[in-house]
Amino acid sequence: MKRLMSGNSAVGEAAVLAGCTAYFGYPITPQNELTEYMAKRIAEVPGAVFIQSESEIAAINMVLGASAAGARAMTSSSGPGISLKQEGVSYLAADELPAVIVNMMRGGPGMGNISPAQSDYLQATRGGGHGDYRTIVLAPASVQEAAELVYVAFDLADAYRNPVVILGDGMLGQMMEPVTFTSAADRPKKKYPKDYVLSGASGRPSRMIRSLLFDTKEEEEHNWKLFRKYQLMERNEVRYETFLLDDADMAVLAYGIAARIAKGAIKRLRQEGLKVGLIRPISLWPFPKKIIQETAKQLSDFFVFEMSTGQMIEDVKLSLEGKGHIHFYGRPGGVIPTPVELSRIIARHFYQSQRGKKQ
Amino acid sequence: MKTVYARPKSMKEAHFHYCPGCGHGVITRLIAEVVDEMELRDKTICVAPAGCGMLLYNYFDFDTIESAHGRGAAVATGIKRVRPENLVFSYQGDGDLAAIGTAEGFHAANRGELISVIFVNNGVYGMTGGQMAPTTMLEQVTTTSPAGRDSLIQGHPVKICEVYATLDGTSYLERVAVNKPAGIIKTKKAIARAFRHQLQKTGFSLVEILSPCPTNWKMSPLDACRWVDDVMTKVFPLGLIKETKKC
Amino acid sequence: MKGFIRIDPERCKGCSWCMEHCPSHAIMLSNRLNLKGYFIADFEEKKGCTGCAICAVMCPEVAIEVYQFEKTDERQ
Repeated sequence: MKRLMSGNSAVGEAAVLAGCTAYFGYPITPQNELTEYMAKRIAEVPGAVFIQSESEIAAINMVLGASAAGARAMTSSSGPGISLKQEGVSYLAADELPAVIVNMMRGGPGMGNISPAQSDYLQATRGGGHGDYRTIVLAPASVQEAAELVYVAFDLADAYRNPVVILGDGMLGQMMEPVTFTSAADRPKKKYPKDYVLSGASGRPSRMIRSLLFDTKEEEEHNWKLFRKYQLMERNEVRYETFLLDDADMAVLAYGIAARIAKGAIKRLRQEGLKVGLIRPISLWPFPKKIIQETAKQLSDFFVFEMSTGQMIEDVKLSLEGKGHIHFYGRPGGVIPTPVELSRIIARHFYQSQRGKKQ
Repeated sequence: MKTVYARPKSMKEAHFHYCPGCGHGVITRLIAEVVDEMELRDKTICVAPAGCGMLLYNYFDFDTIESAHGRGAAVATGIKRVRPENLVFSYQGDGDLAAIGTAEGFHAANRGELISVIFVNNGVYGMTGGQMAPTTMLEQVTTTSPAGRDSLIQGHPVKICEVYATLDGTSYLERVAVNKPAGIIKTKKAIARAFRHQLQKTGFSLVEILSPCPTNWKMSPLDACRWVDDVMTKVFPLGLIKETKKC
Repeated sequence: MKGFIRIDPERCKGCSWCMEHCPSHAIMLSNRLNLKGYFIADFEEKKGCTGCAICAVMCPEVAIEVYQFEKTDERQ
């Protein structure tokens, strides 16, 4: 049954259906609807916990405690609040605890504004917290996809015992689209080992969860252990979508809402006969390097479009390793180009690159 | 032959890392004794701090988790809400609870979270080498108040029990000291009482324990014990600060 | 003598808390060093330990075990 819901609400509903029984959050626009949705929805689930915490710092630490106690735990915030959570995310990764963190990005830096932006890409993918760790980062481009990726996020968090970030933005959070939810009964039931959970040492040896490792050799080994886990993620958890790429002369790279706009622009460009396609990363970490490298054999012009001054472009450059030519168009601050505006800009770059090739 | 005293079952074999004459050693031991006597080992989950108490997971033979500095009350909240039948306590120093953890401690108390906080007050930051703490007393010399704490530029010592007493969510607050036998016996009773409050769901409980820190006070272990009586208890009066119901 | 104690020499850090409060004055600081380099506490059996366990109550290292003789014990 299709329901018309905002992205924020859909994420909340999907979380509860995915088995989230602990949500902690602090109000911050543009994700307040998610916190408010959880306040009502969690109350309908016996034994589930909702706390509006005193800060985003408290929320992430409550997530840590709840996760250690064995619950599927989630928190959400936007830019400044996500910055506050970074220490907690580092601890979650170091402790190898599952958790889902939702960031509905807004204009930044600093107080910024409450309009949609994609300014936290580097923070999310490079691990805004301290230490050698990574989080899987999933970027939905529609309300339906946001709901789907919530299930994926909880499963991946449990499978890898690692925090997973869902990177949305204010537009995704607040726009309303039809969405269908898979009920828990219809999803494959996966069992994940829970031999780390603190439940009281009844009938088993006591357990400890900690990340302090004074012994440098132990710390080194722990870091390599996490590294090997991240290598597995890189091998198995890449997600992306391509659109009209097979015969393209130029590939647009965009994620999230930017990709929605880019699709609209590409449809218009195709009508004018310009062969432009799209690579839409869905996992921002691990970044879909291979498809970009493959595409570089077919074409040499890549057009990166982000709602920022340029963050994903670094990963595109790394993927291409010097091959091809990268065009960039960025709009930070919450200024959202329409598909028509974007199509004109892409067209300009397209024609320029064509002229360049003729010479 | 009767064993009058032996190491508590809830203690692992590890030797303590604490300094000679440090109150943490007694407090750690008392908690294990109380857990044993109340037969709570199977239910107990301890949240360890950053600070001198950070290695509790090496000493307690029950489930323990390390928390980021100051966040113990929030972590304990997350655990207890998910596992309300467990006994959940956090162990926090004066930097952990009264400085960086002010918000988390205060709001856990305000929400009446059914957790117990063991608050070790030794008037300094021990692990990091003796810097000023929120509980450092006026004129007390520390590495970051080398001329003695001056209220004009460094404020006054914080009395956590009295502050928390104003919150309706708190049900049991007591201040004790581990500098002499009578004090240690009282401290053990207070810890047990706090746990009973939690198990009877009366509200948030906290035991503030004045604890000698000879190394950073630059005193001998015995002088440090005397200093608690002569100086600290004048600023931090011992006794029952609040109890909403007898437990 | 009604009781006796055992002090673990490798746990003791010579803090002197136990000897300060022993009612029988049965514990004193020795000039023996343990592996960590602390002067350790010594228990003097002759001083008349009652097994009151105040030393164990004070000890921050859980280094002390306390025993009391019962009427059935031979050794006294």
